[in-house]
Amino acid sequence: MSHTDDHQGTRRDFLYYATAGTGAVVTGAAVWPLVNQMNPSADVQALASIRVDISAVDPGTQITVLWQGKPVFIRSRTEEEIAEARAVEIDGLPDPDHNNSNLPNAGPATDENRALSADGQWLVQMGVCTHLGCVPLGDAGDFGGWFCPCHGSHYDTAGRIRKGPAPRNLPVPVAAFVDETTIQLG
Amino acid sequence: MAGIPHDHYEPKSNFTKGVESRLPIIGLLHGTLMIPTPKNLNWMWIWGIVLTFTLVMQIVTGIVLVMHYTPHVDMAFASIEHIMRDVNGGHMIRYFHMNGASLMFFAVYMHIFRGLYYGSYKAPREITWILGSLMLVLMMGISFMGYVLPWGQMSFHGTAVITGLFGAIPFVGEAVQTWLLGASAVGQPALNRFFSLHYLLPFILLGLTMLHIWAFHTTGNNNPTGVEVRRGSKEEAKKDTLPFWPYFVIKDLFALALIMVAFMAVVGFMPNYLGHPDNYIPANALVTPAHIVPEWYLLPFYAILRAFTADVWLVMLVDFISFGIIDAKFFGVLAMFGAIVVLALAPWLDTSSVRSGRFRPMFKWWFALLIVDFIVLMWVGARPAEFPYDWIALIGSAYWFGYFLVILPLLGVLEKPIAPPETIEADFNAHYAPNVGGTKTIVDPAE
Amino acid sequence: MFRKLTLSAATVLAFTATASIAAEADVEIEDFDFSFEGPFGAFDQMQLQRGLQIYTEVCSACHGLELVAFRNLHDEGGPSLPEDQVRAYADFYEVFDQALFDGEGDFRPATPADKFPSSGLSAAPDLSLMAKARAGFHGPYGTGLNQLFKGMGGAEYIASLINGYEDPPECAPDDFEGYYNTAFAVGGYPEECKDHGHNTVPGSWIAMAPPLYGDDVEFEDGHSTEVEDMAQDVAAFLMWTAEPKMMARKQAGLTGVIILTILSVLLYLTNKRIWAPHKGKD
Repeated sequence: MSHTDDHQGTRRDFLYYATAGTGAVVTGAAVWPLVNQMNPSADVQALASIRVDISAVDPGTQITVLWQGKPVFIRSRTEEEIAEARAVEIDGLPDPDHNNSNLPNAGPATDENRALSADGQWLVQMGVCTHLGCVPLGDAGDFGGWFCPCHGSHYDTAGRIRKGPAPRNLPVPVAAFVDETTIQLG
Repeated sequence: MAGIPHDHYEPKSNFTKGVESRLPIIGLLHGTLMIPTPKNLNWMWIWGIVLTFTLVMQIVTGIVLVMHYTPHVDMAFASIEHIMRDVNGGHMIRYFHMNGASLMFFAVYMHIFRGLYYGSYKAPREITWILGSLMLVLMMGISFMGYVLPWGQMSFHGTAVITGLFGAIPFVGEAVQTWLLGASAVGQPALNRFFSLHYLLPFILLGLTMLHIWAFHTTGNNNPTGVEVRRGSKEEAKKDTLPFWPYFVIKDLFALALIMVAFMAVVGFMPNYLGHPDNYIPANALVTPAHIVPEWYLLPFYAILRAFTADVWLVMLVDFISFGIIDAKFFGVLAMFGAIVVLALAPWLDTSSVRSGRFRPMFKWWFALLIVDFIVLMWVGARPAEFPYDWIALIGSAYWFGYFLVILPLLGVLEKPIAPPETIEADFNAHYAPNVGGTKTIVDPAE
Repeated sequence: MFRKLTLSAATVLAFTATASIAAEADVEIEDFDFSFEGPFGAFDQMQLQRGLQIYTEVCSACHGLELVAFRNLHDEGGPSLPEDQVRAYADFYEVFDQALFDGEGDFRPATPADKFPSSGLSAAPDLSLMAKARAGFHGPYGTGLNQLFKGMGGAEYIASLINGYEDPPECAPDDFEGYYNTAFAVGGYPEECKDHGHNTVPGSWIAMAPPLYGDDVEFEDGHSTEVEDMAQDVAAFLMWTAEPKMMARKQAGLTGVIILTILSVLLYLTNKRIWAPHKGKD
């Protein structure tokens, strides 16, 4: 190591900066895992999406599954329920937005925008009242859909809020058919 | 600071003046960081920084691990595996913590033997030494309790053995053991309370570390010659010392970086080498491992504990004299803790007027033998308690006590030491000053 | 005392060890070469898949793998089965779900998020961590050198065990319980095979019947189905179940060593530079 003194000023600074810089990199490399370990672990991430077998769900009935700690209503609707839902005027609704995570843009809360299948048979929505979070009861209320007993919110056959304190339609989560008898949530 | 004349911190800006007059913390930190340090410190003085760094590393990794660990007998083992398999980077964090304990003990043993060789324990540094002994005991307790948490076979049965030691105390033993365990045997109460204490005690250790630093900053650091820094004037002091920052901070960081290279290699390529495979078997009270051994760093003391069996004449004698109160089992316990007590008493057992082992020709041989003894005790602590290991353990234990209780006191009287250098400056220049004629005088500071 | 010492030393040395000396019985552990050994080692994906197949078709009858989740079979660095295959594989198994039947609980097909079942036979230990729960190499004489140079030897132990079943020696009585295995240290041992307290043959008698005889499974790619090869395949698979993050760990280790070495060099130069004025001209 026999460097001459002519560039001593800049050489000294370069060495100090290089050392400090490398030290900063090492510190960062050490700190990052300590922060990242608080992010969801692999087992939590594995439950981020689940598959539900709907082969046993008869028309006019629904199943409730637990997903990410919350209830999800999966209903197989009858022709009457679908027709009822499609007949509703969107303009008068308390919440005119479809509240459907599967659609890229905001839009009207038509039954077509909320049902999972084109024929309208399948309706998937979070079973959490948009007022204060109670679980609404199915086949109840004044609109043939759901009724929340906590503060009297009524949802129709498409899960839209019609009467009561709830501000928004029941949210439709990310969901898709993977095959004829299986829906994947998330 | 250290009684060494030096420039003190002067706040320059209004802000620093304001803070300093309300809470002189800037001055305190400045004084601590810039403290005049003997310029001839060699590479055996780096271990303090390694220990401080490792303690912080253990606390940080430990806090993170606790976010994912469950201290319940049915879930502890699985929660550790959850950390190893599912938590992001969990496996690295766990292996860092596991091997960090080994690194800390490696560093503390180097640190202690440095102190023993250079006479750092001698006046006026007795309190630093006592604090250090307490910190060693605390480290042993912390590591022992930490080892229980994975709830593997060694965790469980090792705990049974060590808590069983307390049962050996005459009269109150059983009550103490039950009190410790919260039950008649190792189980949920033990796991929960050891978890609590394992989290708490490192912070006590951190506090003792600060007292330890305060103590040796008050007396000033020792150095390889054992000769004190000149305190006549600032100019004189400057000849013997250099400010801690940047000279020793950078030197220590370099050593720390090298050590971390080795540590990273161990964690990355052989993380289970220092451990015991049996701890990857979930704890089972009904199945005892063939050989119960503590972690490597506790082995020398484990060897001393086991060495004093009922057929050793000294044990038989003490048993007789004490009317059976001190039986073989309790004798072993006393010997084990006694080994640390004699270490703590070194300042008063060593009668030599010369501080550093560098200038004590007879001492050097006995000290070298002590190092060999420590390693032999470490090795024999893991061997089965049968011939010839029982004899080796006994001889090794005898030498340990003999060194502190017989050799150190005698050497001070019998030894004819070499004259130490006049000043630290003289010692430093002998190694580093420009060589005129190419001859080196005095001794090599690398010793 | 010295005569006893010398005699004892001579006896200890008299134990001829083919590979290493065990604490209890003399055992024969072969130092198989695994692809994942060493700082640059890596799991062989095909070998892990073969091992998975052997586990599924042979070992799972009795042994559980309760710490491993089915989704791990898809993870990087492991058998890396495609997602749909993992789902199909999981579907074969049933798990008990307490949440079903209104809290009463019921069985349902497993999903990738579920774990493998635990051991069907209570005497059969779970295999998830077996490769880390056993050391194949020991000593010599407690110095730890064998493990330093050859590794802990967990996978080698498993492979040696599966490969270690041999015809029982002459000395053993016909009805002696267990199966003679040269790699197993802690099993039963008939007095007839001892001479003055020392074992005359290596190994001991294990409770598990030989799990593999050769050609126990058929590999689609026609890979060898000799016991020795299948033993290594399943041992490698079990090394992965025990340490699925091994690849990530070694990579982190290598990166860390390199970057810290660079830092050490820079700190060395910095240290040298700041001390130079005080050390006179070198």
